[in-house]
Amino acid sequence: MTSTVDTPAGSAVGTTRVKRGMAEQLKNGVIMDVVTPEQAKIAEDAGAVAVMALERVPADIRRHGGVARMSDPDMIDGIIEAVSIPVMAKARIGHFVEAQVLESLGVDFIDESEVLTPADEAYHIDKWAFTVPFVCGATNIGEALRRIAEGAAMIRSKGEAGTGNVVEATRHMRAIRREISRLGTLDEAELFGAAKEMQAPYEVVKEVARLGKLPVPLFSAGGVATPADAALMRQLGAESVFVGSGIFKSGDPAKRADAIVQATLHYQDPEVIAKVSRGLGDAMVGINLDDLEESERYAGRGW
Amino acid sequence: MTATPTIGVLALQGDTAEHLRMLGELGVPAEPVLHPEELDRVDGLILPGGESTTMAKLAARYDLVEPLRKHIGEGMPAYGTCAGMILLADRILDGAEGQQSLGGLDMTVRRNAFGRQSESFEDRIDVEGVSGGPFEAVFIRAPWVESVGESVRVLGKTAHGERAGRIVAVRQGGLLATSFHPELTGDPRIHRLFVDMVKGQA
Repeated sequence: MTSTVDTPAGSAVGTTRVKRGMAEQLKNGVIMDVVTPEQAKIAEDAGAVAVMALERVPADIRRHGGVARMSDPDMIDGIIEAVSIPVMAKARIGHFVEAQVLESLGVDFIDESEVLTPADEAYHIDKWAFTVPFVCGATNIGEALRRIAEGAAMIRSKGEAGTGNVVEATRHMRAIRREISRLGTLDEAELFGAAKEMQAPYEVVKEVARLGKLPVPLFSAGGVATPADAALMRQLGAESVFVGSGIFKSGDPAKRADAIVQATLHYQDPEVIAKVSRGLGDAMVGINLDDLEESERYAGRGW
Repeated sequence: MTATPTIGVLALQGDTAEHLRMLGELGVPAEPVLHPEELDRVDGLILPGGESTTMAKLAARYDLVEPLRKHIGEGMPAYGTCAGMILLADRILDGAEGQQSLGGLDMTVRRNAFGRQSESFEDRIDVEGVSGGPFEAVFIRAPWVESVGESVRVLGKTAHGERAGRIVAVRQGGLLATSFHPELTGDPRIHRLFVDMVKGQA
């Protein structure tokens, strides 16, 4: 199932271990959305473990409307040039050519993201075909396991990106964790039934039941705006968090970025979270999800 | 020391959990280290893979740099994988601006030397002192060792293709470092070597 690329000389790039291994290295670290090289530097200086290069943060994508696509290669080059930590970038769901372009630019991870406008209504990208690893969003275990079966090296629970409202991220992280626990209680026959019900390959379902966790890291993304939000997602079971609009749409991005990094690490220590939450200035203005039309919701994109 | 030692795994960022699991499979008591006082409870320390700049910043922020230097300086055995190797190096090339290491190993390490993630790779490597055939080594945006001081022993080099001949495993007394990640492949031989070093048996 893997797309091992054997080089003539005997070593190999793009193996499953190399892709999933990269995802493992990012654990306990914060991945931050940035739109300029200057923001990328601020994120790196604050201790981000990687940056997500994009043209507009989700809050602005919401405001501008229209079709949201892969970023301009010039802009991605500029960010790769500006920092020495890993750089991620987003491709539209199913848009394998955008992914090919991003791979050729040398990005370290591709996010096949529902924040951009989907390019295919039936199929996600065949991620085994790439050397670069992919992260995909999921609202439930079936969606997560289908993405893993397609080659995703990391899963992030979907939140409602660009809202500064963590409620959807909470719902989806709880759902995924609950379903992982349930798989551990099933016998062989029931696992076949679960695979059918989840529309996911039996082998992957069985592996999750055996491990008690996904076979790839599970992060959380979408709606994280404060240090306490980041710690909430960690306590609910996320191995780390993506922060999008929450940092650079706030009053003091450098300070907030630093505070979220610290809260992500010390997520079980309320005293640290209290300390870093002081005097952060204005958080991004949130959106109440009841105010969003169904067509304005991103988490429902993908299947 | 011959009794079963306790080994700490630095828990600032990265694949701490994978190292803890490997040690657990070897039956060695292991615990994450996040606070300076936790260093007093362990007999050896693993510095995991992850992002070295993030780890260095967090170590400085939580006043771990001096306690780590002190314990390593006083002879606490330590093993660094990838980012951990960078932290143990006396000298870093291609670090982020102002990036500091803990030091201890008399070597110069080049960060991200093998390239970006699309160039990350697997190789089969012979490691001196580790019997049972070549080690399946996973390299992720990995550093290599550019040069070593006289007291550092080179234990392994990359073996294939255009990447061949780079130093990727070294030891100096109680300090061990690899560019690759044995914690990702499930092969316990290098962890066992480190546990033996901590016991004073290797």
